[in-house]
Amino acid sequence: MVEVNLWSGLRKFTDGAEVVEVDGKTVGQLLDGLVAIHPGLEPVIESGISVAVDGEVITGGRNTPVEPDSEVFLMQQIKGG
Amino acid sequence: MSKMHVTATVNGDEVEFLADPRETLLDCLRDHLDLTGSKEGCGTGDCGACSVMLNGRLVPSCLVLGVETDGATIETIEGMAPEGALHPLQRKFIEHAALQCGFCTPGFLVAAKALLEKNPDPSESEIRYWLAGNLCRCTGYDKIVRAVQDAAAEMRGAA
Amino acid sequence: MAKDEITKEFKWIGTTPDRPDGLDKVTGRARYGADFNLPNMLYAAVVRSPHAHAKILKIDASKALAMKGVKAVVTRADLPEGLTGEDLYLQENTLAGEKALYDGHAVAAVAATSQLLANDAAKLIEVEYEVLPHVTDVDKAMAKDAPVILPDCADHTVPEGMGPNVARMIEFGRGDLDAGYAEADLVHEQSYTTEATHQGYIEPHAAVGQMGSDGKGEMWVCTQGQWFIRKMCSAVLGTDPAQLRVTPSEIGGGFGGKTTIFMEPLPLALSKKAGGRPVKLVMSRSDVLRATGPTASASMDVKMGMKKDGTITAAQVTFRMQGGPFPGASPVGEALSCAFACYDIPNLMHVGYEVLANRPKCAAYRAPGSPMAAYAVESMVDELCRELSLDPIDVRLKNGVKEGSRASYGPKFKTIGLAETLEAAKSHPNYAVALGPNQGRGVASGFWFNHGGETSVSLAISEDGTAQVSVGTPDIGGSRASIALMTAETLGIPYENVRVNIVETGALGVNEPTHGSRATFASGKAMWEAANQAIKEMCKRAAQKWDIDPEAVTWKDGAAHPAGDNAGQFEPMSIKEIAAEMGKTGGPISGHHESTPSGAGPSFGTHVVDVEVDPETGRVTVLRYLVTQDAGRAIHPQYVEGQYQGGAAQGIGWALNEGYIYGEDGRLQNSVFLDYRVPVASDLPMIDTVIVEVPNPGHPFGVRGVGETGITPPLPAIANAIHAATGARLRALPMNPPAVLAAIKAMA
Ligand code: FES
Ligand code: FES
Repeated sequence: MVEVNLWSGLRKFTDGAEVVEVDGKTVGQLLDGLVAIHPGLEPVIESGISVAVDGEVITGGRNTPVEPDSEVFLMQQIKGG
Repeated sequence: MSKMHVTATVNGDEVEFLADPRETLLDCLRDHLDLTGSKEGCGTGDCGACSVMLNGRLVPSCLVLGVETDGATIETIEGMAPEGALHPLQRKFIEHAALQCGFCTPGFLVAAKALLEKNPDPSESEIRYWLAGNLCRCTGYDKIVRAVQDAAAEMRGAA
Repeated sequence: MAKDEITKEFKWIGTTPDRPDGLDKVTGRARYGADFNLPNMLYAAVVRSPHAHAKILKIDASKALAMKGVKAVVTRADLPEGLTGEDLYLQENTLAGEKALYDGHAVAAVAATSQLLANDAAKLIEVEYEVLPHVTDVDKAMAKDAPVILPDCADHTVPEGMGPNVARMIEFGRGDLDAGYAEADLVHEQSYTTEATHQGYIEPHAAVGQMGSDGKGEMWVCTQGQWFIRKMCSAVLGTDPAQLRVTPSEIGGGFGGKTTIFMEPLPLALSKKAGGRPVKLVMSRSDVLRATGPTASASMDVKMGMKKDGTITAAQVTFRMQGGPFPGASPVGEALSCAFACYDIPNLMHVGYEVLANRPKCAAYRAPGSPMAAYAVESMVDELCRELSLDPIDVRLKNGVKEGSRASYGPKFKTIGLAETLEAAKSHPNYAVALGPNQGRGVASGFWFNHGGETSVSLAISEDGTAQVSVGTPDIGGSRASIALMTAETLGIPYENVRVNIVETGALGVNEPTHGSRATFASGKAMWEAANQAIKEMCKRAAQKWDIDPEAVTWKDGAAHPAGDNAGQFEPMSIKEIAAEMGKTGGPISGHHESTPSGAGPSFGTHVVDVEVDPETGRVTVLRYLVTQDAGRAIHPQYVEGQYQGGAAQGIGWALNEGYIYGEDGRLQNSVFLDYRVPVASDLPMIDTVIVEVPNPGHPFGVRGVGETGITPPLPAIANAIHAATGARLRALPMNPPAVLAAIKAMA
């Protein structure tokens, strides 16, 4: 199980939880797992988010591997100029 | 509107073109003479990207009508240095990284050359005020001013 | 990449050779967007709405079409229906549908045999409008009784009961704010506003497009990203991206504003209607200011608590930012994430609202969202420092994030260089210069994430052992030079032996634009992978010749060397020798790499500015300016400095002068450079720079993007300096002479 940290605005979709334990070996599996547990997160994830794994912001890298002790954060999607 | 026949000397060559009275000198240089080195950044005389020498005077070519230039002598960026050579300003701009996107560069070079012809030893603030009619959005002007200072010094040394 | 794996000894990296495109750019030969022409080409003009918000009742183009030489008119009716989401908004923005949503919104376009004719024809296209109430101010747009711009624009994040133009709400934080404020000795709360500014690239948007009735097309365009142009134009026109070939011209500045489309689908649509004749469309400056992406205007509240020793105990922000008439364009999410990124604060809360308004659709502008956030937060930090008589650099050092700190937006930072930039600022001579009367010094720090992004690069060894690199990230500020330097370094060949080409969409896989400060980072990293593939192949060719195991060959100084047991057994084989016979030893040697690289390390910076304020007029003169910023590794230091100086100049313009001015009628009142005044040479001093290098562990040479951070600190640094000089605190931008004078008078 990997701990996925959500931003606090997402608590309303997760029965108040800010950290959700999800099973998965990649970022994509974690996101799918999250939606399976809390379907309310689907539109948020669909509309585009950024994920940070161990301090690295991963954009669109669903296949990025995660370890059970990885630090995973969901973040607002970041664009650049 | 019927077009007018214009004969002028551009970068030392005699040229002829037909200009609509509404076309600016910049339009004529770019569209009729294929001299696209002069740029249009505003069309209102505010950015200096279209700077050329008209009868020895620095002008924004977007504020001059093409038909006004019959019989005139015009110098553009394309005539800045004899073929194959570079003017010291051109060399110093490259050396000092005085350009990023380079869109403002032709205008700056033409304007700076006009400055150094008038004043071979300008102070930093004379350079800044002379070039205040040329906008650069990329460089913050620091390296442009340094390139002009360095070119001026070299030209004074060479003279 | 582990830290100790980053090479430190370089032959080419860190040197400053002439840029490869320099000669073309100083002679006027470089071809920008508007410099391109094709045989049988038509010229286009666009009809734009003079109203901020209006129903379009009727468009009658019959008079225009009756003119000799007019070949096609397009309106929204010519574009496919049924688009959704961002594709729909891009289409709406290209040509208005039922309503014109801002002053300058395109309504129709016409193509004719000359530009003058096209302009005349555009004037003959009659549009009937029913003018609707409009709103351009962000706070007014938030109101419950504000005019509805797009019905039902709110997404799932917006709570019941908000105004009709609130499209999204964002909320995140940590810790316990009340407990944090209780620990503080001083708690302040203030509101700040910033006006919209424009990227202000000197080159207006320009494109030549050609498309046949079969949907196959080509386009030459000034853009930061040819693949984005391809994807977006195809979506708007309902065509197949693979059938559109987009070639980027040289680009005369972008700063984020050329990462998306505005008019670009129009030449294609016109061409298709005009029997496939190519169509050229060049925007005027006023069209650029009225109808291409400026940045958001913002209204921001900040609350912060500090102990007497400078420790920040708790902080919160509420940001409201309008991004034009469509959801998704406001940088409020980025602004929130940047707000406290420089600080390690245990108790935090961020709330943001994305708001629609009758203004042009915002595009990214250099570190989107970060400058506004910094203006509010860094001003507040300064207010607290002054009241507690603390040195602003010491307070930032005390609270500043370092490796391992938890970022305000969640994850932990890897190796970062904020403290190093603060130390560099503190020890710089500028920080010790004594100030005179009416003079003041301001300090602020700034942050940008930096970005990897989809990247595809290929590298080929030529017959003579020189190398050609194809990249998909347009070169705006010298990235061809930096990529060529890294290529020379990797292959061990002279810089002059490398040519870097920015290629069209047919030549590589998808590349994201040059945005997020990613060109040198991402294309450089991919080039390094590609070069190493080519090196591996060259080692193999040498091994075959020597009849030894390829593993026993190493690459050094541009040649294959026998290694291990075979060391010294054979003369090294240079790249030149290997390349000369590659046709006979297995064919062309090349490498390519495709990825979405992670590891774009953030870049922090600290600025110190000295100003003098004329108490009679309120005019602010910038006396001295210092930028210190972490580049990770400066590949071509002159162009790194150039990014710092250019970013600072844009920030100074935003702070002191620039800003969109909308009239009561909702029309933009300053749509020429005379009135939208960007800094000129006589407005600025030399801009001093210190390149701090804290190598980024995510890049083979330690590179961090350097393009964006520099625009962030000037806004608050100048506000702080003005306060130091006058005692007046300006909490609204721009801080132009009337505003400064009013603030000084208000104190008396
Ligand atoms: S185009 Fe002539 S001054 Fe700007
Ligand atoms: S170098 Fe881009 S505008 Fe001057």
